[in-house]
Amino acid sequence: MEQLLQQVASGLANGAIYALVALALVMIFVSTNHINFAQGEMAMFSAFICWQLIHWGYPFWIALPATMLFSFVIGVLIERIILRPLHTAPLLSVVVVFIGLLAIFHSLAGAIWTHTVKPFPSPFPNFSFAGSGIIGPHQIGMILVAVLILALLFCFFRFTPLGLAMRAAALNPTSARLVGINVDWMLALGWGLAATVGSVAGVLVAPVVYLEPNMMAGILLYGFAGALVGGISSPGGAVAGGFIVGVLENMVAYLGYMLERATGFYLIGNGEKLTVALLMVITVLTLKPSGLFGHVTVKRV
Amino acid sequence: MSNILEVENLKAYYGASQALHGITFSLVKGGITTLLGANGAGKTTTLRAICGMVRAEGFVAIDGEPVTGKATEAVVRLGVGHVPEGRGTFTELSVEENLRVAAYTRRDKAAVARDLEMVFTYFPRLKERMAQQAGTLSGGEQQMLAISRALMLGPRLMLLDEPSFGLAPLIVQEIFRIMRRINEEAKVSMLLVEQNAALALDLADHAYVLETGRVVMSGTSAVVKSDEQIRKSYLGY
Repeated sequence: MEQLLQQVASGLANGAIYALVALALVMIFVSTNHINFAQGEMAMFSAFICWQLIHWGYPFWIALPATMLFSFVIGVLIERIILRPLHTAPLLSVVVVFIGLLAIFHSLAGAIWTHTVKPFPSPFPNFSFAGSGIIGPHQIGMILVAVLILALLFCFFRFTPLGLAMRAAALNPTSARLVGINVDWMLALGWGLAATVGSVAGVLVAPVVYLEPNMMAGILLYGFAGALVGGISSPGGAVAGGFIVGVLENMVAYLGYMLERATGFYLIGNGEKLTVALLMVITVLTLKPSGLFGHVTVKRV
Repeated sequence: MSNILEVENLKAYYGASQALHGITFSLVKGGITTLLGANGAGKTTTLRAICGMVRAEGFVAIDGEPVTGKATEAVVRLGVGHVPEGRGTFTELSVEENLRVAAYTRRDKAAVARDLEMVFTYFPRLKERMAQQAGTLSGGEQQMLAISRALMLGPRLMLLDEPSFGLAPLIVQEIFRIMRRINEEAKVSMLLVEQNAALALDLADHAYVLETGRVVMSGTSAVVKSDEQIRKSYLGY
């Protein structure tokens, strides 16, 4: 029983990261209909920035906001400089640019910080408490920080005029211009926010997977799975999808482990986690293409 | 009397094809002018060209300020409320959010609150539907919302693109009555594009008739209404 709880808890912790990555993907998708394949590498690069700041002696809780700010600026610049000229370009050109960005961030990180795996200290104090056996302090910290970021973003989009303007620009750019919103800047801002959310995911997951240029490769896939499962057009759905994928992948591994113990046959385990995530994507896309929480947009004609 | 809108030799293009071949007209401050014409005459394109939504050449000035070549949002910020073809509702947002986002460019909170009250006196039905998703409104209510959205900008000039489109005659009458009130009470000048020429000529004081991107006739509504050619082609009697 305790083992099951452990698996659920660590699933939620991983899910928090997937949720952040999924949200970053969805934020760009809803306003541009593009999937930013470089999201993972951008987050990895941000994690390196944070590591560098800590290495230079800054405390983590200064390094993290600085990293978020840096990532925001990078996100805005990428949109303004690289993607702006491609606003009317065919989809394939944009995809190629995303893959190019992925390669650039990957090799840049390797060139600056080498490909050696680096430990990344957990910013959360290591203490024991009643539930220590079930969930570790870093996992709790991951969940708390992720939930805090999600809550802040929710409030921003729900309650501030700028958040409302960004939503309006994503939903209907033509009408947004007609109420005086500068849609181009809203897109750039969306990119900046997505990069910021991604950077938090990168920094939080670095102590778990260790810091190296490949660290986000698998996580981006899980985040993508979360986004698709929840509904690529629904930010709330993407977050829920991230948590669902995190818990389910652990459940599958746990189930496989129990089966093996009962029957002696290895059927499924940790090695098949990614396969399961991708199977989930295919299943959801086949049965409910808009995702679990996505909605099919109905238009009056 | 000065003009709120000045258009001279306006040409507009969709890709390689030219939709407006140099049209010239003006709109007196506080007045209502209508653009009449068949499908494809260039009425909608004229409104779009004024707002920088299509590639255009020529001269356009809002209250004396030249706006040719400016971005749509910059023209809008001069106080131009464009009620577009198809209403342009943010269907996924609530009615309240549609109205709030329309006041995005304004910093004077008290004036925005006053305008919201004004909108409710014109369209009490919207007040009942504040929390409702805009896409679920009826066609008439969506048109009311579109006009209200333009009003929330605090406009000096409203560009109305076929407000009667697809609506039942009773609703159309109600909306046109309210448009007259808005013109008289809120002192908003209006440029109205309409298929329904009889309705438009009743509301407007001046009319311009477009044919394939050119002005073929203009004058006060009374003069245009009594023209035999216009009567046969557009009024149907």
